[in-house]
Amino acid sequence: MWKRYARLVLTSRWTKPIVFVLCLAPLAGIAWPFLWHATIPDPAAFIQHATGDWILRFLVITLTITPLRKIAGVPEMIRFRRMLGLFAFFYACLHFLTYIGFDKLFDLSEIWKDVAKRPYITVGFTAFVLLIPLAITSTAGWIRRLGGRRWQMLHRLIYVSAICGVIHYYWLVKSAVIRPLIYGAIVAVLLAWRVGDWYVKRPKTVPARPTPQRASVSGS
Amino acid sequence: MLIRRSPVLTYADVTPKAIYVNRRKFLRGLGVAGAAVTLGRGLVDLISPETRAYAGTKLATIKGPFSTDEKMNTYDEVTHYNNYYEFGVDKNQPAQNAAHFNTSHWTVSVEGEAKNRRKYSMDEILKLAPLEERIYRHRCVEGWSIVVPWIGFSFSVLANLAEPTPKAKYVAFESYFDTGQMPLAKYAGIELPYVEGLRLDEAMNPLTLLCVGMYGETLPNQDGAPVRMVIPWKYGFKSIKSIVKVRFVKDEPPTTWNRYAPREYGFYSNVNPTVDHPRWSQARERRLPEFFKTHKTLMFNGYGDQVASLYTGMDLRKNY
Repeated sequence: MWKRYARLVLTSRWTKPIVFVLCLAPLAGIAWPFLWHATIPDPAAFIQHATGDWILRFLVITLTITPLRKIAGVPEMIRFRRMLGLFAFFYACLHFLTYIGFDKLFDLSEIWKDVAKRPYITVGFTAFVLLIPLAITSTAGWIRRLGGRRWQMLHRLIYVSAICGVIHYYWLVKSAVIRPLIYGAIVAVLLAWRVGDWYVKRPKTVPARPTPQRASVSGS
Repeated sequence: MLIRRSPVLTYADVTPKAIYVNRRKFLRGLGVAGAAVTLGRGLVDLISPETRAYAGTKLATIKGPFSTDEKMNTYDEVTHYNNYYEFGVDKNQPAQNAAHFNTSHWTVSVEGEAKNRRKYSMDEILKLAPLEERIYRHRCVEGWSIVVPWIGFSFSVLANLAEPTPKAKYVAFESYFDTGQMPLAKYAGIELPYVEGLRLDEAMNPLTLLCVGMYGETLPNQDGAPVRMVIPWKYGFKSIKSIVKVRFVKDEPPTTWNRYAPREYGFYSNVNPTVDHPRWSQARERRLPEFFKTHKTLMFNGYGDQVASLYTGMDLRKNY
């Protein structure tokens, strides 16, 4: 019963614009204290940390779509995956800008030195760069050009990007590792589900299984 | 005397913030009636919290030496950007979570290799010497800096009263710690109580400040009330907050951040633009509340004239 309503909501032409606006709420939340002239002792760090948090949140939400739609049986959720992924990229761009601008004063040689020398920058930079081809090839045209299989292979880079993002967070904190570990645990569960899903659905024609019947029984 | 209204009052008479804030809220509550209005006010409080959460007791001061004429940070900035892990690891957390921290009946115990070992109440400490206002640069190991008008006197005043024995080569400091008053401390990730230390000659340098206030008032809780150290040529974490113990010792004492990550935080931790933190550069700093990291970090945070001689012949790359 609830599934029918869920589908109705998910396929409504209003849902996408509403989700789009909701995805912009974090940006409004960042701008809000500036508009109200609140005391923001370290505005650069405030923007940097807020955007960084939202990248990880959007990556996690994006990675949740597939398990959720399969477990709940509402395939219509897929309509939102691209938008959510692109918002992760949007906040990643802002985050990257705060780094090259506020911290590095747009000094390219300084940035390269940093990327090469500082592991947490290297891994964060990697996480960002990996999202670029995914954002570019997110259109229907690119799916067609690449072909579904190859497109899907390419877009598995989001797994690597999310892992790099969590490591970046873990490596930059001084001692409060709990929050990066929570993100790490969530990403680990989401990726583990995929491994499990793949294992269960692997081609049943795998040869040289002594007792195929039993295997298929336990798998169902 | 130090307390403007009446010299009979003691430090313990300083109204805890919790009480006067509640009183203020109560008085405000008298004007409005009904649960709905209270709810609405609660929402307003949520959206726009008290901008000046703490009003300390005024302290009478004289102008101290070593002050910079650089632009000072605002009181709001310095009270809403605190590394005080006992009250939460986010910099805006201590302002809220330290609000109910009870610092009345505070004592500082002076112990160890000293002739005059004893406990000092805050009233006694406040009367040890004329209170000086000193405007210091404060550089955090994280790469930001602020300018703060601290109040206090040279730590050497207290040390001279204690009369350290010839065996004393270092001073060990310890912060207050109590999980009842500091429930968030379990998420700090560092071993507590917070401990710090200085070489005796560093502690005796006139720049080294025993600090009891800032901005003309007693210290707000989140900035290390009621008494802290301020060592302006070292990274901020050396300037231990809310001190309960001062111990003169023979050997280099353990220090909190060094214990947590010895490769990243040395015992000396002098501000040094040429020695990077293993994970980030220390060459530049962000002078809050600016956006861009444009300030070049100065050797010894610009206090080389006063302290460089303490380290002659030492390899500061090794003794970071």
